[in-house]
Amino acid sequence: MNKPEGIASSAYRGRTASIGFAHGPFVRVVAVADGGREIGTPEEEKAALRAALDSAARQIAMLANDAGGEAAQILEFQVALLEDEDFVDPIFAIILSGVSAERAWSSAVDEQLRIYGSAADEYLRARSSDLVDLRDRVIRTLHGAANEVLRIPSGAVVCADDLPPSQFLEMDWSNGGGLALLKGSPTSHVALLARARGIPMVVQLGSVPEQAQKALLDGESATLDLDPSSTQVSVFERRRALHQKSRAAARAILHRPTAAWRGEKMRLMINIQRAEDLEHADAKYADGIGLMRTEFLLSEQEGLPDEERQFVAYDSVLRWAGTRPVTIRTFDAGGDKPVVGFTESGETNPFLGVRGLRLCLARLDVFTVQLRALARAAVRGNLKVMFPMVTIPQELEAARNIFVEVVDRLAAEGIAAVLPQLGIMVEVPAAALTIEQFKASFFSIGSNDLAQYVTACDRTNGALDQLSDPLHPGVLELIRRTAEYGRRAGISVSLCGEMAGDPRCIPTLLACGVRELSVSPSALAQVKQAINELSPGGVRG
Amino acid sequence: MLETSTVNGKIITGNVQLVHAAGMHARPAVKLTKLAKKFQAQIAIRVSDAGAIDWINAKSVAKVMAMRAARDSIIEIRAIGVDAEAAVAALVNLVATDFPETQQ
Repeated sequence: MNKPEGIASSAYRGRTASIGFAHGPFVRVVAVADGGREIGTPEEEKAALRAALDSAARQIAMLANDAGGEAAQILEFQVALLEDEDFVDPIFAIILSGVSAERAWSSAVDEQLRIYGSAADEYLRARSSDLVDLRDRVIRTLHGAANEVLRIPSGAVVCADDLPPSQFLEMDWSNGGGLALLKGSPTSHVALLARARGIPMVVQLGSVPEQAQKALLDGESATLDLDPSSTQVSVFERRRALHQKSRAAARAILHRPTAAWRGEKMRLMINIQRAEDLEHADAKYADGIGLMRTEFLLSEQEGLPDEERQFVAYDSVLRWAGTRPVTIRTFDAGGDKPVVGFTESGETNPFLGVRGLRLCLARLDVFTVQLRALARAAVRGNLKVMFPMVTIPQELEAARNIFVEVVDRLAAEGIAAVLPQLGIMVEVPAAALTIEQFKASFFSIGSNDLAQYVTACDRTNGALDQLSDPLHPGVLELIRRTAEYGRRAGISVSLCGEMAGDPRCIPTLLACGVRELSVSPSALAQVKQAINELSPGGVRG
Repeated sequence: MLETSTVNGKIITGNVQLVHAAGMHARPAVKLTKLAKKFQAQIAIRVSDAGAIDWINAKSVAKVMAMRAARDSIIEIRAIGVDAEAAVAALVNLVATDFPETQQ
């Protein structure tokens, strides 16, 4: 096949579900064919379906057993459905009325699919692929194809409309390969499995030819090339090599001293959800903890957490950090994080409601318990406490007064306690615009919420992807002002939103004057490397 | 929240708010039905404030998923049978604690 040179001519573009590169044979997987089995009497049909369901349940149980963990939980839903009498019994009744096993089964599953498909949220729609998986497995089994595992050549780029998790698990990915889906979703179960295995995956490619020999799948730019020219292959291989080298190099520079930029020392911190996150291999290379969330304490079984349980959690993190700073954020419930017995219910707009510090000041019973635990932990290390969703300086002062009272009371009780440094999250535009009025010891820019409030875009609404850009000049202007004020007043400013962990945003953040970033432990290496590359004294000059 | 009434034997009812971030989806639905199946009582659930919606069998994962209960909705639970009280209490606890991994 003759192809014009160049990339754009034959590249199909989709959405990234898992980053990585695959170069291999192109394999198109088509849904199961219908028919090919003789229909028996209603009783025979009923027995055939019973046998197929039992066999499918055994196959799935085996897959779950081999895969374990997340994959096993995904498959558990399919097993539960097969064991659901309310679902299965009506199908047998329909068969006895004279309908074939396939038809009765398929239409029952399709009815369930119709219910999911009409749902508004992407998560439920993504569950549809689990049902299609189950439907087709039972039909294959009815057709006696149970043991016919899809044979995929090693390292292949597998292309399908959508791929169910169980089929992904049945394929051999030990020699790499990639997944190109015409439909699919980055939030599907199979995407989750692909990311966990490091298999590149691109979804929503639209329409792609049925036949091709070779394919190049680029999970970074979300493109698929079929029967590429030699030029395309060499461009692709160069990109792949660069990607691999940058990952290896990033890991290699982790243990070096923290990157500098224009002679100024940068500080790279990590965000953690709970103490267990410190077990990540890269966590120890951080300069400290820039954000420890505490909401996990609210989701535990025994109701709102008592002082002792909180103290143990904070104390373990401070001991891990040694002399390094640890910034703990007080409960940031409300908005997209409701908590029974704590957050207000029935708010028409929870994102603009009683959340963060607003809620804590309204619920002193919960807040003072947390402050007691924090004041006790502050004795053990370099603790900083940060309040979320602050709008006006009076809120910070109210929180400070309560904290001082808490420390005094602990002292009166003869319990060792100290008032830690207090700072605020900068995420409400009104606070960012009046930053010089806050008597805080430090500022931490929460770029996710800041961008959401500045652009008036719900960040969980995929339809607003184009508008909810954290690099919008309006957002950057507020980041720049905050960083500049911090520099003038000698108050440290860090940034802990997702953009801190995105190498593409780093140059802009540095240009805005941000010198401290807090990212997830898994992003630490990449961010460190991105700063190094920008720095004249860095690895690549 | 538990309430007891004595119409036609003993019907135990309870209400609980669904706090799970993604609503009543695959994993919570499997957990809920698995727990419900441990009890002999007949257990039915429905989403409150959703008009005249029928009660559905809490032991059917297909029905529970199809209910499409959204985050923050109130789930009503109703049980009849010898262990009805324990069943409602256990299910209320499961939903209220956001379907913890350690629930056995």
